[in-house]
Amino acid sequence: MQYETVIGLETHAELLTETKLFCGCLNRFGAPPNTLVCPVCLGLPGVLPVMNKKGFEMALKATLALHCRVNQFTTFDRKNYYYPDLPKNYQISQNYLNLGVDGYLEIKYDGQEKRIRVHNVHLEEEAGKLIHTEEPGADYSLVDFNRAGVPLLEIVTYPDMRSLEEAEAYMNTLRNVLLYTEVSDCKMQEGSLRFEASISLRPTGQEKLGNRVEIKNLNSMKAVLKALEYETGRQRESLEGGGVVAMETRLWDELRERTERMRTKEEAHDYRYFPEPDLAPVVIKDQWLEELSATLPELPLARRNRFVTELGLSDYDAGVLAEDKAVADYFERCVSHYESPKVVCNWVTNDVLRELKERRLEIKDFPVGPEMLVELIKLVETGAVSMPVARGVFVEMVDTKKKAPQLVQERGLLQISDSAELEGIIQAILTENPNALTDYKKGKKTAFTFLVGQIMRKTKGKANPQMVNELLKQKLEAS
Amino acid sequence: MAILDKKTIEHVALLARLELSEEEKELFASQLGNILNYIEKLKELDTSRVEPMAYATATKNVFREDTPGPSLKLEEALKNAPDKLQDFFKVLKVIE
Amino acid sequence: MKVTELIYLTGYQLKEKLLSRGLTAQEVVEGLFAHLDEVEPIVRAYLLLDREGAMRKAREMDARLKKGEGLGLLGGIPIAVKDNMCTSGLKTTCASRILENFIPPYDAHVVERLKEADAIIIGKTNLDEFAMGSSTENSAFKLTRNPWDPKRIPGGSSGGSAAAVSAGTALMALGSDTGGSVRQPAALCGVTGLKPTYGRVSRYGLVAFGSSLDQIGPITRDVRDAALLLQVIAGRDLKDSTSSDIPVPDYLKEIEKPVKGLRLGLPREYFMEGLNEEVRRAVEEAVKVYKKLGMAIHEISLPHTPYAVAVYYIIATAEASSNLARYDGVRYGYRAANTQNIIEMYSRSRVEGFGREVKRRIMLGTYALSSGYYEAYYLKASKVRNLIGQDFSSAFESVDFILCPTSPTPAFKLGERLANPLEMYLSDVYTIPANLAGIPAISIPCGFTRENLPIGLQLMARPFEEAGLLQVARAYERETEWHLRRPEL
Repeated sequence: MQYETVIGLETHAELLTETKLFCGCLNRFGAPPNTLVCPVCLGLPGVLPVMNKKGFEMALKATLALHCRVNQFTTFDRKNYYYPDLPKNYQISQNYLNLGVDGYLEIKYDGQEKRIRVHNVHLEEEAGKLIHTEEPGADYSLVDFNRAGVPLLEIVTYPDMRSLEEAEAYMNTLRNVLLYTEVSDCKMQEGSLRFEASISLRPTGQEKLGNRVEIKNLNSMKAVLKALEYETGRQRESLEGGGVVAMETRLWDELRERTERMRTKEEAHDYRYFPEPDLAPVVIKDQWLEELSATLPELPLARRNRFVTELGLSDYDAGVLAEDKAVADYFERCVSHYESPKVVCNWVTNDVLRELKERRLEIKDFPVGPEMLVELIKLVETGAVSMPVARGVFVEMVDTKKKAPQLVQERGLLQISDSAELEGIIQAILTENPNALTDYKKGKKTAFTFLVGQIMRKTKGKANPQMVNELLKQKLEAS
Repeated sequence: MAILDKKTIEHVALLARLELSEEEKELFASQLGNILNYIEKLKELDTSRVEPMAYATATKNVFREDTPGPSLKLEEALKNAPDKLQDFFKVLKVIE
Repeated sequence: MKVTELIYLTGYQLKEKLLSRGLTAQEVVEGLFAHLDEVEPIVRAYLLLDREGAMRKAREMDARLKKGEGLGLLGGIPIAVKDNMCTSGLKTTCASRILENFIPPYDAHVVERLKEADAIIIGKTNLDEFAMGSSTENSAFKLTRNPWDPKRIPGGSSGGSAAAVSAGTALMALGSDTGGSVRQPAALCGVTGLKPTYGRVSRYGLVAFGSSLDQIGPITRDVRDAALLLQVIAGRDLKDSTSSDIPVPDYLKEIEKPVKGLRLGLPREYFMEGLNEEVRRAVEEAVKVYKKLGMAIHEISLPHTPYAVAVYYIIATAEASSNLARYDGVRYGYRAANTQNIIEMYSRSRVEGFGREVKRRIMLGTYALSSGYYEAYYLKASKVRNLIGQDFSSAFESVDFILCPTSPTPAFKLGERLANPLEMYLSDVYTIPANLAGIPAISIPCGFTRENLPIGLQLMARPFEEAGLLQVARAYERETEWHLRRPEL
């Protein structure tokens, strides 16, 4: 029997605020343990939360970017459960009136666009961090509360994905949207972006969903995909063997590359949500929504499509550029100074991205700004330098932060486009290589290439390649 | 009549993280049963068209600016901890 | 001035004497502690005394007076603070084993305000554990006695604060009121107790019991002192989202204004069965005083009053079950020894650290929120709470203030009601509605029983109408002398 995979994803993204959601402690990764804590985020007796406006607005911005209907009267609720990393033993979250509901994220996979529906988006607080010691036989865990109270956005989809590829496209696109809207740095290695998946199988054509398994402990997108692949196999085997898939939560074991049943008691799952009396409800007036909407950037998929339709780029190149907002911004600034998007695209997707990667730089720290790059491109266009020389100049620009004309000047790299000068050089090469001339006369085409190479070598690549071709041909034909 | 059996009491006690003695379980079953019976009187009221009142104030939209405030020093943070190790709070091993 | 005179001054009288240099702050504090050393063994109002801190502050006050500098609003006044408000560097226990050794690294907002106003904080007073109770018998550490009859309870949960003010071991005190915990002990100890409008005083640093009901209030010798203390603690606090930014008026400015023409409502539901006859008579006499002062008296109805106790015991316990979840032995507080796993560590620490009433309420609140019961209990109660709130809004369309007893009975005997929690809960029947509706209410002395036990009169007002409430209370006080009586200890 054929089975269809049904996948839903829950995403947690830490928001990029300066301070925590309910207190003034810094929202920073990597500080010494328990140094970014105060009475509020440690949950001492008597403390009260006060909502960080920036955090709330970031959540709202993401909600809008995900096309959700905003609950214009939104409230916070307490989610009650005991865990040592949760200072108050309840998490301030949202349950009854989530910030956003019924949205969608458009993904593009295999040239096809598809909407993945978003069930809800809500704002909550992070827990601290439990450290399980490596020490053999240790009977304790340690707690660091630096992360406790960091603003956390949760995005829950409907079970709308039908393949690993769609899940992957969703995760990438969502990540890009969060980066584009500048609400999260989405660093999975630091835990600021995390996924939980739910997956079920059903016979192809059947409408009713199969029993769902939730998977936790997924530390990277790769892990999500591996876990989903493993679960697909495990569930298919079980179904094909006439078994039933148990509705349960499973943990991904990164080392053994398999999921395992979570050992928790069922009664631990009664969260007893009720309205958080310590936080006033938030009323979101239309004007506020409009102001925030106005700050929303063009989203990655729209931009990608615009690059194709308006700038004539290939869908692939457009995708590469649009993936990172800063890169796409850089590209567009170049284009605003130079009329050929394709030429700029080649420079950005090849040279710029390569240097960024090799030097582990972010584009905001890249020494060659858009104006500098365009200056270089224009030197190529006017024939002042050749393409190969320009590539070298570019690398040197990154090294030295100097502008292209200055470098070309300093290094004497201007292209030789003076026909008299070039003719002299060609004559000299022909005199030095009489055999090549003979070969050419005999019809050996490679002799021509050889001679061009010699000319380029002699001029250190500065000779205008087009003119060399023409002049050399004339000379050979004439002799 | 709301009657609290032992199983319910045990379930609630687990949710509340209270390891009640047998005596307390029995006592609470009967006392809470009485209180719940008293509370039953709320059922006399038709509240189908009444909004719940979760907040005792009409205050809305209270925010703080995203500006840093003081944190505690590490020693202060750990001062009241029943058990600690180095710079951490220490608890019994948590198994996932 | 003799110690016995000194200790029964009101706060504002004492401050005048300090400013006119008829007394030094050190004499005051020394005199007060001398008296305290005599009566505290009987009354047992305090869990902690800060003699050293009080003397230090007194010396500072005297030095400033000597230099001719002014004092803050509460300059030199010895004040007691209920032990569920955090005091930086001073143990804050909530009268619970689970917080027996807890030393907060921060001050509650009200404590900060007291310090800024130059009050002399002399100690932390006893209470029902986590403010859960009506007799202060639920304290894990000691029984506080009623100064009028040490065989009786002082009321609760702010029993320590009310007993201290009554016994002359503090001139003023702060209490907290979730279902009557300021007003009822004030009534039973013969002093004045005010529960402000929800949101009038910041709750930051008040250890939470029922977050949507809790409010800190003054317990004082008279109405003017209540106004003075409220003046200091009221107002917006950026650390409490539920604190209001409605401007704080000058509470003493119009406190002596006549009340002629104001309308007073008597809710018929508050005068039905269960009301002690002596209490009824005293309250009816008080009505006559108001009539004489020219107030218009109306009988009104607050029809949902019979449901208030049921609503309260769902909402307060539900919120408490969550508020008290943080006492888990991880970051602070009691941790049970020799436990095998984390759930056992939590469950044993909590079962050993909390007293019986607290456990009972956590159980009730957890049940009311648990899956399958949320709608029938918590949600239903929240809806009826709205109806109770609406009762008051409609009533306040036709009257300006509401008058009723504070407590259906005078102080009862120690141990008398411990066996039956429900009966104890029902004794809060007159005070609970103001918490549910979030409105301000005050209790002032209005007489004594044949057994010489104080009786309290309760007045309620529209939200943020504390000024008017104090004015009406003061008008009665001017006409009577109940508030001047002192217990013989």
